[in-house]
Order: sequence, then structure tokens, then C-alpha cells
Amino acid sequence: MADNLSEPFEKSAMTQEDQRKNREEQRIQYIAFAFMIVLTLLAFIAVGADLLPAAFAVSFIIVLAVIQMFLQLYYFMHLREKDHGWANTFMVTGLFLVIPTIVALMLLIGVVKY
Amino acid sequence: MAIIFRIQLMYPESTILSGQTYNEFITMHGTIMLFLAATPLLFAFMNYMIPLQIGARDVAFPFLNALGFWFFFFGGLLLSLSWFFGGGPDAGWTAYVPLSSRDYAGIGLDFYVLGLQISGLGTLISGINFIVTMITMRAPGMTMLRMPLFCWTSFVTSMLIVFAFTPLAAGLALLMLDRMFGGQFFIPSEGGNVVIWPHIFWIFGHPEVYILVLPAFGMISEIIPVFSKKRLFGYTAMVFATIIIGFLGFMVWVHHMFTLNLGPITNSIFALATMIIGIPTGIKIFNWLFTMWGGKLWFTTAMLCASSFVPTFVLGGVTGVMLAMAPVTHLYHDTYFVVAHFHYIILGGIVLGLLGATFYWYPKMFGHCLNETLGKIMFWIFYVGFHLTFFVQHILGLIGMPRRVNVYLADQGWDGMNLISSIGSYMQGVAIIILLINVVYSAIKAPDKPVNDPWDGRTLEWATHTPVPEYNFAQTPQVRSLDPLFYEKVHGDGTMKPAEPIGDVHMPNGSFYPFLIALGSFIVGFGLIMLHMDAWINPYIVVGIGAVLMFGSMAMHSWKEDHGYYITKENIEAMEQEALADERNR
Repeated sequence: MADNLSEPFEKSAMTQEDQRKNREEQRIQYIAFAFMIVLTLLAFIAVGADLLPAAFAVSFIIVLAVIQMFLQLYYFMHLREKDHGWANTFMVTGLFLVIPTIVALMLLIGVVKY
Repeated sequence: MAIIFRIQLMYPESTILSGQTYNEFITMHGTIMLFLAATPLLFAFMNYMIPLQIGARDVAFPFLNALGFWFFFFGGLLLSLSWFFGGGPDAGWTAYVPLSSRDYAGIGLDFYVLGLQISGLGTLISGINFIVTMITMRAPGMTMLRMPLFCWTSFVTSMLIVFAFTPLAAGLALLMLDRMFGGQFFIPSEGGNVVIWPHIFWIFGHPEVYILVLPAFGMISEIIPVFSKKRLFGYTAMVFATIIIGFLGFMVWVHHMFTLNLGPITNSIFALATMIIGIPTGIKIFNWLFTMWGGKLWFTTAMLCASSFVPTFVLGGVTGVMLAMAPVTHLYHDTYFVVAHFHYIILGGIVLGLLGATFYWYPKMFGHCLNETLGKIMFWIFYVGFHLTFFVQHILGLIGMPRRVNVYLADQGWDGMNLISSIGSYMQGVAIIILLINVVYSAIKAPDKPVNDPWDGRTLEWATHTPVPEYNFAQTPQVRSLDPLFYEKVHGDGTMKPAEPIGDVHMPNGSFYPFLIALGSFIVGFGLIMLHMDAWINPYIVVGIGAVLMFGSMAMHSWKEDHGYYITKENIEAMEQEALADERNR
């Protein structure tokens, strides 16, 4: 029995449904990947082309970075799939706590007193 | 140490302690009490009780558990070593920067920075471990909203640890860079900003207060229903109040810095946020009261601690709201009023919770109850002593006595109250000594008749044998309700129904690596401190040895496969039979 272990299977063990889902998943990954490359190119162009004013370019690439981050987490790191509820909860909680803290801190240690 | 302060402050112009020693003492008192006394005591209960209460075999990562403990141990050891190398840290437990910079603070503060860094790492590891345990290892039927409240508060506490100890680690790292490697983060003359330190410290520091008090809330919420013979009133409200307290704990750090001139809008926002915390805390207070209301109260020592916790904590909370009012805080700031406030929270909240939990869970952990008579004597001496010590400190603060002073002049109206306060502190000391005597006395007197479920318990930890077998539950129990054991007592035959057949239990092997990893980090820390000592050996060699030990042990642990071992089904059956026979013979 052990002799033919290295032989390939004739038919995949996955059901048709599984295979369809797999193909779908693959397609989504490709699209997300292409989209992320486009975003990165946009960021490079925004800075490198010297066309945009600096203030706009900085805020523009930060927005791009945020979009990138969500794409990475939710598509490449599979956070959008089920059974990732707790990881999601903790990440969102972390953002929920950290963003107000950092914004407040930036406002508070400035020269202007609010 | 606290008692030595009170000896010092008993009479005006006392000269027992010099100003420098006094500063070192208050710093170490604050640091040790918060980081190295309250935290490990609470963590010990969490570590013991969480797996039992959720019906798990152990925490999720036993190796990390040991690692956390040893990091914690060596961090504490490093901090305490400061006494033998040129004196303890002397900048207050908050270590505000101009005071804690190299120009003003001696080598003691290096021990503070590195000791807390290492012990903080241990706390963080334990916190992550608890979260994973509670998310992944609950028994069948134990939904999140059926977890005992002690588990819930520990869960929120662990979240707070994960989110709060990271800023502390960052802040301490910045301070370390400043002190040891010539950084300029906190040196204004070189473009740094001293105000950042209090911000970072209190972004950590305020959640830290909740890290300590929430498990105490949980303990109280376990004890009160058991001794009132009623289920906890408003369980869901309690859970959500805990979560809200945890969240708001991050949004109020500026209330420690009202007098830092951060501007009126800032102060108002943070004052309001602080007062909002009063709402969920009030929900909890009323829920405890309503649990006791109409219950069949049984005043054991544990219940005495738990029920007296409620009014004491209300007093501490009320002064907290008073302190939250930003304009008035300019009057209270740095007076004994603040000292009285936080000691009402810490002693009246955390310590009473811990004492109650000690008496409540002692039979589970050691197989015999603590002596109740001695316990009640201890409780009353402690309770009276505590109020004598700290109640008058409110008044002392209001009539102007500043905190953190080692001498004061006579005839300012402070003499009598300081004397009372000192006497009260001795009573607390006596009470703690009685507790220690009680531990020894009960251990000698009682072990012949171990007890399984002395309080008619409601939660899962009372469903296993005493002493607890190393696999906790032979068969994972099936949970059918909140307070699962009580549900089975009322609707079933009083024992938990198993959720699985008896089978082999997988156990982790003991490991020496956590000790070595933590020892390595200790040596690294000590080597870094030696940079500013007249050492006979190049400090970098010491750092190197420590780093090799630490990372070497980590690598060894990663490469050496260790699959643990199994306790076989036959062994478990034999052990169960033995435990049952043992119980019948009592």
C-alpha cells in the first residue's frame, strides 16, 4: 500500500463546491494584489512627480497607506473570513483606544493650549 | 515601609528618616505595592482560578505562564537589588522626568527602569496567556456570558494589560535611552520635552489602577452571591459595566495632570470623562447591594471583607469624583487628600478584595479553611485601623498638609491627626500579622479534615476534588447555566455532568528554559546598570553573557521538540477513585 503513496491522485479530494470557492478566492487575491500594486505606484507617483503640493501629497499617501493596511489585513491575512472574530475584535479595540489617545497626545503637547 | 513612614510622621519634626531615605522609601513603597505586591497576588488567584472556573485543564500556554512568572520574579529582584547598590530609586513611583533624569536621580533609578521593564514583560506575557485561555478553552456550554464574573474582570484586566503595558514599556525604553545612552527625549535644553513622560506614564498608569481593581471587583462579585445564597443581581449589566470601565480607563489619563497647565478645554473634557466612570462603577455598587438585598446572608470573614468593601469603595469613589473636578483639584493637588483617596481605593478596594478571596478560596487551594475566629479578629482590627489611618488623612489634606514630606512643623493643627493616622497603620500591621499567624495555626490544626465545598459554592472550581488533581477535571464538565454547579445542585443531582468520556489527558513537560530566559534578561539588565557603576568588569561583557543566555535558551526551546506526555485513562480512573474514597472517609 505504501508503494503508491507518491503517485498523484487522479481526482482531487475536494468537492466541486470547494474547488469553485478556491478559484473564487484565488481570483480575489489576484485582484487585491493588483490593486495594492496600483496603490503603491500611485504613492510613488504622488511623491516622485513633484506635481502635487507637499501637504496634499503627504495626506494623500497616508490615506493610501490606511487603505493598504486594511487590504493587507482583511484580504491577505484572511481577517475577513469567519472564525477570526476575536482577532478582529482585539484589533478594532486597539485602534479604538489608540487613535483617540495619539490624537489627544499630539494636540496636548503642542505649543497651543486648548 | 509604610509603617516606618507613619513612625516618621507620628510627631512633628521627627528625624528618624532623612529626606533622601524618605524619598527612597516612598518610591519603593509605591512601586513595590503596585507592581510587585498587588499584581502578583491578583495574578496568583487568576492563574489558579481561571482554568478551574471555566472548566479547562490548564492555561492555554503553560510554557509562557512559567516564562511570565520568572520574568516577573527577576524584574522584582532587580528592582529590590537597588538597596544594595547605592540606594533605591528616589523620584516617586511615577518617576517624573526632570527628577528621574541622570542629573538628579542616582543609580537607583536605573534599577527602577530595568526592573520594571523586565517585570512588565512578565505581566504582559501572563495577560496574553489569560486572554487566550478564556477565549479558546472554555468548557462546552460555557458561553462568554456564562463565565463567572471573576473571569470576566480578569479578561478585561488582561486586555488592559495588553494595551497599557506596551506604552509603559515604550516610555521606560525612552527613559533608559536618555539615562544610559545619552538620548534627549526628555531633556528640554537639547530639544526634548519633559511633559511627554507624565503623559506616557499616565496613559499606562490610569489603566494600571483598573488592572488592579477590576480583579478585586470580580472577587467581590464571586463572594457576595455565595454568601447571600442568591445569584448575582444584574450579571449582564456587571459584565458591560466592567468593559466600559476598562474602556474609559484609557480616556482619562490627563486627570492626573490637571495642574500641568494643559488648557481649560482639555481639563474639562478629561474631568467629564472621569466623572462618567462613576456611572458604571455605580452600577456595580448597586448590583452588589441588590445581590445582598433579601439574600440569606452568612457573615463569614470572606463575606465581612466583601460587604464592607462596598461602603469603603463608595467613599473612595466619592473623593475620586471630587478630585475629578479640575478647578478644585488645584486645591487638593499634592495634599494628603489625594493620598487618602487612593488608599481608600487600594486598601479598601483591592486589599479587602484580596483578603476576602484568600478566606474564600483558601479551602480550595490548601484543602482546609482558615480559622474563622482569628479571621474575624483580623478583619475588625484591619477595618478599624484602615479607617483610622486614612479617614483623617482626608481632613489633613483639606487643611493643607502636603504629601511626600518627611517633616512638618508643630502647632499647625496636624499633630493629633498624624498620631491617629500612625496608630491606625500599626493596627493594620497587627492585622496582617494575625493573618500570617492564622495561616500557620490553621495549617497545624486543620489538615486532618479537608473540605471540598465549605461555602456551598456556585461556580465550577468547587466541582473538582480538593486538593485539585493536576488535570483539574477528569472529564470536562458540561455547563448548563450561569453558576453551573448551583444549577446542578438545584436541578440535577449536585454533580457536574461530563461532556466527554474519560480519556488520556495530555500534559506539558516541565521545562527549565523559562528560568534561563528570565535569568538572561536579568543579567542583561544588570549589565546595563553597571554602565554607571565603577565595575571591575566591562559591563558589555555582562550584557553579552546575559543576551547569549537569553537568546540561546529561546533557540534551544524552539529547536528541541517537546510534545509533553499523557496521563493514561487507567491512571486517571485510579486517581479519581482514590479522591472519591478520600472524600467518603471524611
